[in-house]
This record gives sequence, C-alpha cells and structure tokens, in this order.
Amino acid sequence: MSLETLNPTPSNPAAVSETTDSTASSSRLTSVLRLSGLRILGAAGVLWAVATLAFFAMRLVPGDPVDALLGGPGNNATEEVRELTRELNGLNEPILLQYGAYLGKLVTGDLGDSYQLREPVAQVLGDQLGNTLVLAILALATAWVLALGLALWSARGGRTATLVGNLLEVVSAAVPHFWLGSLLILVFSVSLQWLPATSGAPGINGLILPVLTLAIPLAGFLGQVMRESMLTAMNSPFAISSRARGESEVSLSLRHALRHAALPAIGLSGWAMGSLISGAVVVETVFARPGIGRTLLQSVLVRDVPVVLGVVVLVAAIYIIVTLLSDLAERLADPRLRAA
Amino acid sequence: MFSPNDTPSTQNEPIITVRDLKIAFGSKTQATPIVHGIDFEIHAGQCLAIVGESGSGKSVTARTLIGLTGANAVIQAQTLQLRGKDLRRNSDRAWRKVRGADIGYVLQDALVSLDPLRPIGREIADSLRIHTNLSPAARTSKVLELLAAVGIPEPEQRINQRSGELSGGLRQRALIAAAIALDPALLIADEPTTALDATVQQQILDLLAERKAAGTALLLISHDLAVVGQLADRIAVMRQGEIVETGPTAQVLGNPQHEYTQRLLRAVPTDKPRGTRLAPAGAGISARQHALIGAQRAKSETGDPTVPVLVAQNLRKTYRNPDGTPRVAVQNVSFALNRGQTLGIVGESGSGKSTVARMALGLTAPDAGDVRLLGLPWSTLSEKQRRPQRKHITSIYQDPLGSFDPQWDVARILSDALPDSESLTRSERRDEVIRLLETVGLDASLEARLPLRLSGGQRQRIAIARALAPGPEVIICDEPVSALDVSIQAQVLDLLDELQREFKLSYLFISHDLGVVQHVSDEIVVMEAGRVVEAGRTTEVFSNPAEEYTRKLLAAAPRLHTVPIGEKA
Repeated sequence: MSLETLNPTPSNPAAVSETTDSTASSSRLTSVLRLSGLRILGAAGVLWAVATLAFFAMRLVPGDPVDALLGGPGNNATEEVRELTRELNGLNEPILLQYGAYLGKLVTGDLGDSYQLREPVAQVLGDQLGNTLVLAILALATAWVLALGLALWSARGGRTATLVGNLLEVVSAAVPHFWLGSLLILVFSVSLQWLPATSGAPGINGLILPVLTLAIPLAGFLGQVMRESMLTAMNSPFAISSRARGESEVSLSLRHALRHAALPAIGLSGWAMGSLISGAVVVETVFARPGIGRTLLQSVLVRDVPVVLGVVVLVAAIYIIVTLLSDLAERLADPRLRAA
Repeated sequence: MFSPNDTPSTQNEPIITVRDLKIAFGSKTQATPIVHGIDFEIHAGQCLAIVGESGSGKSVTARTLIGLTGANAVIQAQTLQLRGKDLRRNSDRAWRKVRGADIGYVLQDALVSLDPLRPIGREIADSLRIHTNLSPAARTSKVLELLAAVGIPEPEQRINQRSGELSGGLRQRALIAAAIALDPALLIADEPTTALDATVQQQILDLLAERKAAGTALLLISHDLAVVGQLADRIAVMRQGEIVETGPTAQVLGNPQHEYTQRLLRAVPTDKPRGTRLAPAGAGISARQHALIGAQRAKSETGDPTVPVLVAQNLRKTYRNPDGTPRVAVQNVSFALNRGQTLGIVGESGSGKSTVARMALGLTAPDAGDVRLLGLPWSTLSEKQRRPQRKHITSIYQDPLGSFDPQWDVARILSDALPDSESLTRSERRDEVIRLLETVGLDASLEARLPLRLSGGQRQRIAIARALAPGPEVIICDEPVSALDVSIQAQVLDLLDELQREFKLSYLFISHDLGVVQHVSDEIVVMEAGRVVEAGRTTEVFSNPAEEYTRKLLAAAPRLHTVPIGEKA
C-alpha cells in the first residue's frame, strides 16, 4: 500500500522549511550573544584577579628586581646607581601606587618593559607567542586524532580491544612530559636518528617530537572520556532503534556514537589548552625550543618582573578565550544545551 | 512504491511463523534458559499481543525476531520464518536487510529511543538511506509524507527538530514513522504506550490500528491487558518464558482458562470498588502486628477527627522559563483531605500534580495560598518550625530506588526514618525495623539487603515502611505503583488499603492512571494545566463527569470490556 492514500502530501514542503529554519537560527543567535556578553564581563573580572594576584605574589619573591635591571645578580653596581635605578623605575613609590600605575597601564594594553632585554614586554611575548601557540594547537589536534582513533577502535572491538585500549589510555595519561620527551629523544633522535633532538630550526621535522610529547598524555585522557561516552551511546535505546532499522555497526558508531563521544571532549578542550601551555614550559625546555614557556622560566630565574607578569596575564587571557570558545563549540554541537 | 515487499503473499500463509522457539543466555554449555519453546504465527492484517510481566521473556522474544537478542544469546527454533523465508541461519548482513525493511520495530522506551543530537527527520530518513537508492531530496519528501501519515502536526517544522524538543507522544509517532518507512510486512511494537499519558496513549493505539487495517501484521508486546484488549485479535499470555494461554482476545479476557490469566485480570484495579482485594491474600499485615498496632493506635490518637487533616487553599506556583517568561505551574488549587480517606489527584504530565505534592509536603513554598496540616498552619511555617511536625506527613514516590541511599542497607534506611532513632538502643532499633518489615509484609531477613538487591515490589514496600516509620497521619503517594507490574501493583494497592484501615491513615494519591485512582480514592481532583477542572466524590465524577476535559480523559483510558470475573475464581 502507499502512504499517500492515508494522508495528503504537503504541497510545497521546501519553501516552508526554509522560513522556519531562519527564525530558529536567529533565536539561537540571540541566546549565544547573550551568553557571550555575560562571559566577557566575567572574563574581565578573572583577568583583573589574575593580574592582581600575580603582582603581589611577585613582591613576595625574595631578591631585588634592581639586580635584574642592572644585568643580573652578579653585577657590581654601586649603591648610588642602585638607588637611581630604583627611582627611575618607580620602585621607591608605595606599593599601592605602583599597583595602581601597573593596572592603569595594563588597561591600555601596556605591559611595561623587560628589565633584562630593555624591550617592551608586549614585543618580547609577541615574538614567542606564535611558537607556543603552534605547538599547543598542533598538540591538541594530534591528541584529538589519537583519542578518537583509539576510542573508535576499542569501543567497537571485543574484550581484548577494550582492555588494551584502557591500558594504553591509563598509561599515556599518567606519563610526565619531561620523561616522555627524553624518551622520544633517546629513541628517535639518538638511536634511530630520524628526527632532530632540538626544535630551534624552522620546519616540520623539529615539531614532531615536541608535539607528540604534549599530545600523548592528553590523548590518553581524552580517549578515556570519549570511549566511556561512546560505549554509553552504543548501548543506549536509540542505538538499538537504529540497529532495528538495519544500520550497521560501523555506520552506527560514525553517525550516532561519534558525536556523543565528542561532546565531553569538546568541553574538556578548553581546560586541555591551558594544560598544554603549562606543559609547554617543560617541553620547550627539553627540546630547547623558543616560546612563552621558556621565556617564563628564564624571566623567573632572573626576576624580570614585567615579563613574568606579562606571561601570567597573557596565559590567563588565552585560557579564558579558549574556555569561551570550547563552551560555544559545545553549545553548537549539543542542541540540548541550546534549548535549556 | 519504494517498498521491496510489494508482492502480496497468499492469504493463508502467515507473515511470521514461530515454532518451538527457545532462547537462553550464556555460553553454549552453561546457558540460562529464558524462553522455553513457544509457538505463534501472525497473518497479514492481524494483531497478536504477547502479554506478561517483567521477566516473562516477551521483549526478548520480540528482539529475537529481528536478530537483536544480544551478544551471548543461544537461540534454537524448529521454525522461524518470515513469509516462508527461514531466518534461523541469517548472517549479520542478511539480518540488516530484514530489519527496517521487512520488519519494523518500535522500541520500548519511546522517550529515549531517538538520538537526542540528530533531527528526527534524519532518524526517519535513515531507514530509507539504508534500504533504498532514493536521493536525499526524495528521502526528505518521503519523510514529510511519513510524518503527516503518523499524525505529526506541521511536519515541515518538526522534521528539523530533535527529540528533546518534542513531547512523548510526538516522539513515539516519530519512532513509528521510522519503523513503517518502508511499509514492512510485520510491525513489532514493544510497550508502545507505557510512558505516555492516557489521551496520547489512545492516539498511538489508533495509529497502530490504522496500520493493521492497512494490512500490516502487528506484534504487540505489553503488560497492560486493557491496552491489548483494544487492538489485538489474539492474545498470548506469557509467564516465565512460556505461553500459558493463547486464544482470541474476547475469549482470553472474557473466559480465561489459566489460573495466571485469571490472576492478571483480577489485578486490574479499574472499575473495582474501593476495598476489593486485587491480589490473592498473603503478603499483608501479620496477625501479631494487628494486635500491636491496635494497642498503639489507641494511645496515639491526635486531634479532632472531624477536622480535615490536610487542607490546601488557593495554591499558586509560578516558575520561570529559561527565556525569563513566567510559567504558571499551579493556580488556584484547593482541596481538603479527611482523616482516614484517600484523595486522588489525576492529570496528565505537566498538569501540576507533583508541584501540588511538593507544596503539600512543605518542600516548595506556594507563591500564594496556604496549606494547613492537622488544622494548624503548615506552608507558612519556617523550615525550623516545620521540622518537628514533619513526622505527621510522609511520602512515597514512583521510583523508590532513586529515593534510597544505595550504600545503606534496609535496616539503616528504616531506622534512619524513626523519629526517635537516636534515643533507642541497638536492640530496640532492630525491633522497630523488624516490626516495620512485618507491617509491610516482608521477611525480617531482608534487613541486611542493599536496595539494589531488592525486587521492584520489595523496594516499594520498603518505601512504604519508611513512610510509616515516624507514625504519620498523612502519606503523600506520588505515582506509587506506576513502575510496577500489574500483579505487584495489586499487592501494593491492597497493602496501602489495609494500612489505611489499620492506622486510619489519610492518603493524597497522585497518579496519571485513572483506573488506579478510581480504585483507591474516596474523592478525586482532576487537574489540567495547573488548574482544578473538576472535583468531587470518585463515584460521581466517574459515572457523571461534568467537564469536557474529564470526559475526554475518561474516554481515553483503556479499560477491559468484559464480564467481571471477580466472582469466578
């Protein structure tokens, strides 16, 4: 029998669905915009708090910033020179006045000058930021690919695959960056001599090992989360319904389970980006690669206060932006969040 | 048309034939049998209903017909044929060709059987994508046709919506649309109306009847004899993996031969007067308890018996929608619950029943109006003032498991509910727990069990025992039997009735099931969209409903149209 006999066919379905689509997406847009507005206000508050904490924390660190201004702790400057330097840099002022001046400059985007390099901090960081971001973004993408592959393979396989997948994930999630980096250097640079041990030179070869060092622990972590939600999706009533329509297992995991698996991982990616940048401190040091992380380490050692503060504020800003982006991505990927 | 099944089979050849079907779970050597050799067949345009309680093997049987029994199932059958074609040796690939094309399957849980991340149009189009070569555009127009055919309004908008944006009834219609997309010869519907309101339930049954009239063979799986009676031509009653009775619907419902069928029919509360036992006597209050309770009750009598124990006046509650607009959940609701009586509140989901229950319990503050308990202020008190009085009013919920701490054993759950638990010695506490267990007809040995290791009926009895522990005047029962099988439901309703008479308890009984409410209530309140549409003596409201909405609700409730069999057994 045919269905037309039961009910008349709608005359022009395509035209109607077009108009309803646009109203739905415009209301979706306003809700996203309202959310973004609230989040931007919150972000400004977080930045202020981070900048303040970092400012006062740096005062608590033992040692005199004048040493950094005069070329390091071992300088032979006379007491007059030191006093003059203090005065010139406003270090004699009461601390609250210094804080006020710092905040005032920060609002206008001025991060001050580096004590050691005698360059604006913005420029110092600007030169290094690109390197670190390339590293972190490539590591995040690699971690996603590894985690998805592992989750798809082990969720569909039998008990052995589940066991192996689980073991791989737990082990790689638990490996520390400095150890993994050293191991990769030993295997691929020293023994096999396939890849360079340092990452200073341009080109993709120097990036492979640092990216893997950052990506593997993260992949283990994301993989665990993905496989868990993928298994839940594959055993849920809607998956059984889909099988009852004749769907194959491969198609089921790609069309249904993959999105369910990706959702929690999208939410975690904001956090992951933050952890990648802190991981970069170690990895950039191990692979002698220029970047924010190595700059931070060096500046802390010589008490280059403006640079340290700049890095802290910059990393906080990146963290906020990435979290915001991952929240928005989550809402775009999950219709249930938009409805609520 | 698109269906590959257009060749009509000869009239007398059944669509599906099952002979001596045995299903077991486990390995080949150590398998636990679930289904012990059952036979049935269904012809085109006929409906067979398999009726049974949970664990009877009915859903497993249905799943076996589409080869989705489960990974470690061992299946044997003398015959398992779809239009003369043997299904027993089907490969995975062969099964995938059958599923969705020759056999449509509507899964039990309508509310969660659609992928919440995909538009329903895509879900329905899946059947067409898998089994036909239609272009995406042709699939879309076919899906629109299907949505209209299953009675989904505004198909052009609905096709882009996801299950979260649809009501339960619309989700079930969408699932049926997906199952009939290729006009399969056999449609299996597993508990198609269980999660749905009465009026929606009726619409789904009509829709299935339409398919049957169009020549589809229908296999209906249900625990609800009243639902089955409307649609089925034949009924097979299943218990513990065996079909104990099978025959034409009128015969099975009107003149049941097997003792189990008779018991099932007797357990249906609809149209049975108040106080009629629904289950064979047995698990009630023990004789020792009768004496104890009588003695205790005499000294604990409180308050004036003529004052209603629970009075609500002009209750109003407004919530906010996510977009900030106000949503009125309850407005202008008043009722009075007399001592020793049951006041039933009926309504469909979203009618505000549960909000009323929360306000009666003092868990949600009304925006306007007030609740008085035992003639004294209640909803206007601060929580600190209310706490000492809480022992007078307790509650039982639909899902007892969710209301128990899974780490606590039965003894701890019950002793925690005793108002003077702290001041009792260990052995006194244990005596109290055992007394409570006996009161609800449970064995004292259950005291060390964790809630997860109890059956559904036992859990609800523990919930009742916990509600009794403080010695309450009023118990709020929010859908207390909705999740139970009909024979367990009968036992729990009998127990509640017996306890009411022994303890002079007053019940505020909330349910969407008209049959249950009719059986238990002295008076009822009918709610729709937060308002009371009708209230009065139960017998009057049911025999002579004054409001259009009540009439609609009553008409939609499935009931057994058979001679009463109460006297027979």
